[in-house]
Amino acid sequence: MIAEIGHLALILAFLLALVQAAMGLSGGARRDSRLMAGARASALFQLLFVAMAFVALAICYLIPDFSVALVQQHSHSTQPWPYRLAATWGSHEGSLLLWVLILAIYGAAAALFGRRLRPTLVSRMLGVQALIAAAFLGFALFTSNPFLRLHPAPLDGAELNPLLQDPGLVLHPPLLYLGYVGFSAAFSLAAAALIEGRADMAFARWLRPWIIAAWSALTLGIALGSWWAYYELGWGGWWFWDPVENASLMPWLAGTALLHSAIVLEKRGALISWTLLLSILTFSLSLLGTFLVRSGVLTSVHAFAVDPARGTAILGFTVLATGAALALYGWRAPSMQTGAVFSPVSREAGLALNNLFLMAATATVFLGTFYPVFVEVLSQGQDRISVGPPYYAITFVPLVLPLLAIVAYGPMLNWKRDSLKAVTGRLKWPLLIAALALVVAIFTLGPSHVLQILGATLGVWLIAGSAWVLVRRWTAAGRDEIGWRIRKTPPAVWALCLAHAGLGMTALGIASVTALETETVATLTPGQSVDFAGRRMTLTGAEIVEGPNYRAERVILHATGPGVNREIISERRFYPVTGTWTTEAGIDLTPLGAYYVSVGERRGDGVVIRAWNHPMVGWIWWGGLVMAFGGALSLADRRLRLAAPAPRAPAKTAEAAP
Amino acid sequence: MIRRLMFFVPVVALAVLAGLLWLGLGRDPEALPSTLIDRPLPAFELAPVRTGEDHGLATTDLTGRPMLLNVFASWCVGCRLEHPFLMELAGRGVVIQGLDWKDPPGAGAAWLAEHGDPYARVGDDPDGRTGIDLGVSGAPETFIVDARGRVRHRHVGPITPEVWETELRPILQRLEAEG
Amino acid sequence: MKRAALILTALILMASAPPPPAPVEDRPLADPAQEARAQAIHESLRCVVCQNESIAESGAVLAADLRQVVRERVSAGDSDKEVRAFMVERYGDFVLLKPPFEAATWLLWLGPFAVVLIGAGAVFAYLRRRRSAGEATPLTREERARLDALLAEEDEA
Repeated sequence: MIAEIGHLALILAFLLALVQAAMGLSGGARRDSRLMAGARASALFQLLFVAMAFVALAICYLIPDFSVALVQQHSHSTQPWPYRLAATWGSHEGSLLLWVLILAIYGAAAALFGRRLRPTLVSRMLGVQALIAAAFLGFALFTSNPFLRLHPAPLDGAELNPLLQDPGLVLHPPLLYLGYVGFSAAFSLAAAALIEGRADMAFARWLRPWIIAAWSALTLGIALGSWWAYYELGWGGWWFWDPVENASLMPWLAGTALLHSAIVLEKRGALISWTLLLSILTFSLSLLGTFLVRSGVLTSVHAFAVDPARGTAILGFTVLATGAALALYGWRAPSMQTGAVFSPVSREAGLALNNLFLMAATATVFLGTFYPVFVEVLSQGQDRISVGPPYYAITFVPLVLPLLAIVAYGPMLNWKRDSLKAVTGRLKWPLLIAALALVVAIFTLGPSHVLQILGATLGVWLIAGSAWVLVRRWTAAGRDEIGWRIRKTPPAVWALCLAHAGLGMTALGIASVTALETETVATLTPGQSVDFAGRRMTLTGAEIVEGPNYRAERVILHATGPGVNREIISERRFYPVTGTWTTEAGIDLTPLGAYYVSVGERRGDGVVIRAWNHPMVGWIWWGGLVMAFGGALSLADRRLRLAAPAPRAPAKTAEAAP
Repeated sequence: MIRRLMFFVPVVALAVLAGLLWLGLGRDPEALPSTLIDRPLPAFELAPVRTGEDHGLATTDLTGRPMLLNVFASWCVGCRLEHPFLMELAGRGVVIQGLDWKDPPGAGAAWLAEHGDPYARVGDDPDGRTGIDLGVSGAPETFIVDARGRVRHRHVGPITPEVWETELRPILQRLEAEG
Repeated sequence: MKRAALILTALILMASAPPPPAPVEDRPLADPAQEARAQAIHESLRCVVCQNESIAESGAVLAADLRQVVRERVSAGDSDKEVRAFMVERYGDFVLLKPPFEAATWLLWLGPFAVVLIGAGAVFAYLRRRRSAGEATPLTREERARLDALLAEEDEA
């Protein structure tokens, strides 16, 4: 029964999306306020129905109702309930439902918060958003219906991939989707602006919160995914340049560029057509990522069950949506009003440079991800190549380093016109600190690690530069005002500093761990110990532990050393239903680094232990957290929350009234 | 005018990309082409799997007429799947040479005793090095070798009647016609 | 359907098949310099039966064999390049995680830097055009007012 309700809700949501698209677009074109109101209402009801469908599926999993085919395939009665719940979005069909749900959330948010914007623009945005929703709802209903029944109902189910039965993975997909589905809002808004032929500063002001929301969620999602890979895959890697990781990195890079170009548009009215193009491209890259994960065109650790028919459908839709938007862009953008002038040394120019490097980095990841497909297709399957980490070390890293170098300059530059000499003067303290960091880095990382030395130095430079923005702001008017100025620092300034400093932390972490990581392998019997990275590890226990749906070989190591005295527990789990092994690494994480132990197979009486020392590795993810927190904070800024005023003056009085 | 056209560059780029990805959709991303195609087999001389025999399998055994070289192992599930059909093919007069890949001592002989021996000759490759020389990534894999000892085709995975009819037999027939 | 039947048969057969061989034990080379070289080569070679892993990381049986082969070649005096060539001869360019620079891959290698150059050219052209154009379209009265309001709000914050 519940599954049928969910199915019905999904059908209603699909029909509503079609209605919303028609009302939104035609209402915007005819300036018909009833149609526009209708589009807003359908956006809200669409969310209601999609949410119903989603909850229905979640309930089927929680019961668990094995007569629903999808539940049967991804859930076993012994699986703990949080993982049965997470299995809701652990399959292709279920995750597609999550995709649509998040799309509907953004659509409803636009309907709710868009009241103060030009109504035709919001209406058209809702129309475009509904077109995307209709395509994906139709895709779900016609090719990937999550509510299909099995007759007769089996007694028990198969199991969710054990690698995915993990707290990190419960949250990872929703965050990731909040990110890259969130860029649909920027896409719809840009398409609406192109239809209207107008993109002004008010438009940019309304565009930014959508970008920031999506960007923050995506940042968090990527950081969480990286942390998950670190402890779950069992050999201490935190980024693999896997196609599916790249699929989330590309929208992140493009979205970061968009975030900054939208600032130029909002503050100075420049880079109009570029910002519109980026809005389209960012979401297109999200769609392309969806295609990548679900089509089987590339192999990946994370890919869903391969189905070329679904791949064709997603590719068709991606091309249609992106193609239509880009054609609209080609037709409308040249006649869009152009913005204000700026000199080659100005904050605008700095942000343009930021966009240049970010887009080059995006292009690098894009080439690295898709080039193997191109080679295979063009050689008719005769040639196959791989693009792995060494490629990115040579191309991506050198493009990102200059970007890091200019990031600290950005906030110090004046709009419109500035001089290099002046701005360098403003940055003399951070520069001095960075110079010091350079010396320290050469000594600690070793002179042969040139890229890492630069990365670490630039990381410190970013943190110092961001702190300096605050310090300068607080001390600008002498000592008396400091307290007042600290309290009065707008969230947007905090956000900027946190996001930049977070990036610096991540850079510092990556540079340190890639330069300094060490590894050892040892076969230990109980009581034996191994000395590694300044610690002595003694095997104190090896036991078999029964989990709810797995059996684990648990190994307990006692680590001692200067100021260290603790146990590291590491497991290797066997899931009998799927017959697979997973590793749960034992990690002793401190700000200085991680001590990482993974258990291998048994050899006679002994157990094979692989241990890594990863200096400062935690900073990679903490940096991501700080970046995402910065983004979330800027959403709280009054200036953004106030959306754009329709008529300015009445808005002011309304503000003053309460 | 040119400036206006520049704004259409993204659409054109998208069209090219879409075409390439569409062509890429039907392909199997795990299928790895063999580097040996149209090249002679690497030289090897393998011991027999059964004790008491004095000749296993050598490169020189794979000349004279087109034949199959089948890589198998007693632990390999796909090999069990294709084995009855290999027996049938051998019965029809197809020459199949066997390479027993990474099996513990005696396992290959026991396997052949239990399930039957479709092979003209069988060589033992206990450490898998000959398999690596052949670019084998797993068992079963089957090569078609022509009369001059050159590899002409490779099939990865079990040979089913369907694979035989649509993929292997036409090639073998063509090679036999070549003489 | 046929595929499903095949998988089912495979599953039934699996129950009766002996286990696949365990990966051979890693035997590091005695010479630390050679071992370091071997490990660097391991990291540059893709495991052909895994998904996006190098043979250094992989737990696959074949990867363990290939690690050992690399060690043997290194201790036999092969250069890094020769070891990689040995692998390419057997498994193709696919095993190289760093694709070679050749006719088919020049776009892959030069593309990122071409994007920077083209982008820099575009930014430069934009700046020049904007400068010569001056204030291309003066603000309308309405826009002027809005701009002032926005800037005022900025100062207020």
